[in-house]
Parts: sequence; C-alpha cells; structure tokens
Amino acid sequence: MHNPQLNKDGELTHLLSIEGLPQRILTQILDTAASFMEVSARDVKKVPLLRGKSVFNLFFENSTRTRTTFEIAAKRLSADVINLDINKSSTAKGETLLDTIDNLVAMHANLFVVRHASSGAPYLIAEHLQRIGRDDVHVVNAGDGRHAHPTQGLLDMYTIRHYKKDFTQLRVAIVGDILHSRVARSDIHALTTLGVPEVRAIGPETLLPKHLDKLGVHVFHDMNEGLKDVDVVIMLRLQNERMTGALLPSAGEYFRHYGLTPQKLALAKPDAIVMHPGPMNRGIEIHSAVADGPQAVILPQVTFGIAVRMAVMSIVAGN
Amino acid sequence: MSSHPEVLPDAEAQCRQLAELIRPNLSKKPALVGIYSGGAWIAERLRELLDLPEEIGLIDVSFYRDDFAEKGLHPQCKPTVIPFEVEGRHLILVDDVLYTGRTTRAAINELFDYGRPASIELAVLADRGGRELPVAATYGAWAVELNDNQNLVLAKQDDGRLVWRMEHA
Repeated sequence: MHNPQLNKDGELTHLLSIEGLPQRILTQILDTAASFMEVSARDVKKVPLLRGKSVFNLFFENSTRTRTTFEIAAKRLSADVINLDINKSSTAKGETLLDTIDNLVAMHANLFVVRHASSGAPYLIAEHLQRIGRDDVHVVNAGDGRHAHPTQGLLDMYTIRHYKKDFTQLRVAIVGDILHSRVARSDIHALTTLGVPEVRAIGPETLLPKHLDKLGVHVFHDMNEGLKDVDVVIMLRLQNERMTGALLPSAGEYFRHYGLTPQKLALAKPDAIVMHPGPMNRGIEIHSAVADGPQAVILPQVTFGIAVRMAVMSIVAGN
Repeated sequence: MSSHPEVLPDAEAQCRQLAELIRPNLSKKPALVGIYSGGAWIAERLRELLDLPEEIGLIDVSFYRDDFAEKGLHPQCKPTVIPFEVEGRHLILVDDVLYTGRTTRAAINELFDYGRPASIELAVLADRGGRELPVAATYGAWAVELNDNQNLVLAKQDDGRLVWRMEHA
C-alpha cells in the first residue's frame, strides 16, 4: 500500500499519522529525541541542523501550547519560524488551502507544521506537494480534526519509555472522551506498534468509538475495573463543548464516574504514572491531588514534547 | 607513513602508544572527549592507561555534520554527554581515524556550544591523510596510506578488545 509519509527508500518524509508507520521508524524518532533531550539541557540549546530552513506554522485551529512547542523545537534546530494565524488572514479573504500552500512554497518554505479542524488536511497538502514535484518540502501534522495528533502520540510514547523502559510488559489505560480524541487514536496506534500487550479504553458509552475491539483495545465503562493493575494512565481532556450536547449529563456527574481521584488511582499499580496531554480541567477529568501528585508526569511530557518535535522535524527535513 | 598494509597492526598496542604520547602533557589536567563510536572506546582506554580520575565525555556529531542536506540525519544517533564544565578546560578530542577532517570540525563546533574551552587537542589512532579541511592531529599513533575505496574501521570484539578491520567499498 502506498504510504504518503514514506519516500521510495521507506524513510519518513512527512509525519501525518502514526497509523501505518513501522516500529523501526517510531523507535528511530524516540532514540533521536533522547539525543535532543541532551541538547535542551545545556546552556546553548541550539544545533545547526536546519540553519537557513524556513518552518511555517500553519494553525487553522488555535492551539497556543502545541504551536509554541513546535516553534521552540524549530528554533532549537536553528530554523527560521514563521507563525501564520490563518483564521485572520488569507482564508478569511477566500483563498483556498492549496493556494495558500503554493504561495508559501513560492516564499521558499521548507517545512509546514499544520493544525486543521478537518481530518486529512495535512494529507491533502502532502499529496499536493508531491503532485507539484516538491519532495523537498515536508509536512508535519500538528492535529487534524478527530483523526490524528502524531507528535503528541510520540511524546506520550517517549514519556512511557522514559519511565517504564520496556513496552512489551505494560498495561496502559486511556480514559475519557476517546470518541473525539485524535490524541487517543494516535496513542492506540503507537502503543500497538511498539508492542504493548494490553491497551484499555475507559469511558462512558457515548464517548467511546465503536469497533475499538478491532484495534485490539479492551473496553471498560467502569473506572474501578479498568484501572486495576495498570502501569500507565493516560487521561484525556474533556472538551467543554461536549457538555452542551446530549453526550454527558453534567461535569459533576462526569467527575464522579470518570474523574481520576487518588482513591481511583490507588487501584492501578503503585508505581503507575499519570499522563495528560493538557490543558487540564481540574475537577472535571482529574483531581488536583493527582495532577500535582508524585505519580503525575504531565510537566515532563511537555519537556519531552520539544525533543520529540525536534527529532521529527530533523528526520523529515533530511529525507 | 606505512603504505597499503598487508597485516593490520594491534589497535590495543597503538592505544598504549597514544597514551605515552599524551602522558608528558598531563599537567594541564586535560579532559578526554571521545567521538562515537571508535573514539569513545579509545578515550575510555586512554583514561584507564593514564589513570585519569574523571569520566570521559562522549560526543555524537550527527547534529553538526555538514552533509545533512545530502544524507539526512543519521538513523542511529546517540546522546552527546559531557559530564564536566567545558568552559576554560583543556580538552583532548579522541577519534579512531582522521581522514577528511570534517568530523573533527563538527565535534569542535559542538564542544563550543557547551562553553569556551582553554584549548582543544586531537588524538587519533590512525591518520590516513586525505584532508579536506585544515585539521591536524596533535597525537597520532599510526600514519597510513589507503586507497579511496578502502575503509579502515575500528571494532570492539566480544571480549572487549579493540581491533582494526579493513572494508572495501
């Protein structure tokens, strides 16, 4: 099957989704990120790899945190970074997505970091670049619709590997609104590819996609059952807009059933780690005592995220 | 300069020669930095032979190479680890084979991102000529002439011994 992320030698040239990437590439990204952690720890947090290259952050959907971490990552690789707030510019004047891309390519863009509300937008850009013969321009998906958020998935894997070393002995639970979560989807594909034997999804029926079992995921509706003896708990953000529909009764009700409290966390293994992609809703999906507790690795995730994004950008830009 | 060697010399003996070349200059309390992977093994040997108390630095120049545009990022890069203050230190950079000088250039650039060393010297087990940059070894155990298609590689055996291997392109 043709995979638009890989070049003819099977090397990563765009990062669009974790789905379809071989374990060898995921491992290469995590290993390279480990080297970039060392760079981020020193006084001069910069290497010359992407000197003279231009990275365009194209955020068709707002996300200050993700955009900032990509910006920091690109700057630490010595690239020039241009942030475009698309909502306020060309598209508002009626320009199509691919016209915008053509204009930026004419400005000698080397790499696009794309966040878009529509699933598949980064694919569209990657295929367009191939069609116009610009295999020297690369695309990194920073979140597309409900589909994928591959760098978040990879930084989650980096975090798990950092604390747990070996993927092949783990029980990992993903908790919350999995239906609308591109993070959950990327995590599930990454965990499976890296050989995690047991991935669990915990949430109310209305927030779990159907056919999760086809991905090899064990489904639980009860936190007390689902958290039993897990090594890793990945909490998802409950997006406020879900509250207005018929999907959920109320925030208080949600917290009672699916909020991670110290009592519920005690059911997991004593050395279990708690992760969250941020931004957190304290008192809705996670209790402050857990978020600030010794098992939380939520802030290290942010630090690892920069190294992982440096790894991804330098690998795709080189292929 | 030995030309086109039939039998490859004993790399362990060459490490001992290299240590003796460095020994007269230990009063400056130099720190050793080995370039992955061969240079790191040699630097570890030198530390034992010279009885230096300090841990060696390890450097992977992947992020500083000048052929990134042609070759991309090396698929197996290792973290650079410099366990001492570079600022004001006398450093000895250690590599297995000195050839074009490009790896040395990259390593020097990387070290400067850790601080301004007092000096950097270069110790190599083999110098095969063919320089493309104005780089010279301060300490060298073996000057050897090779054809362009010959690739001299330092390997570590299962028993930990360092040995030379000749690969042909």
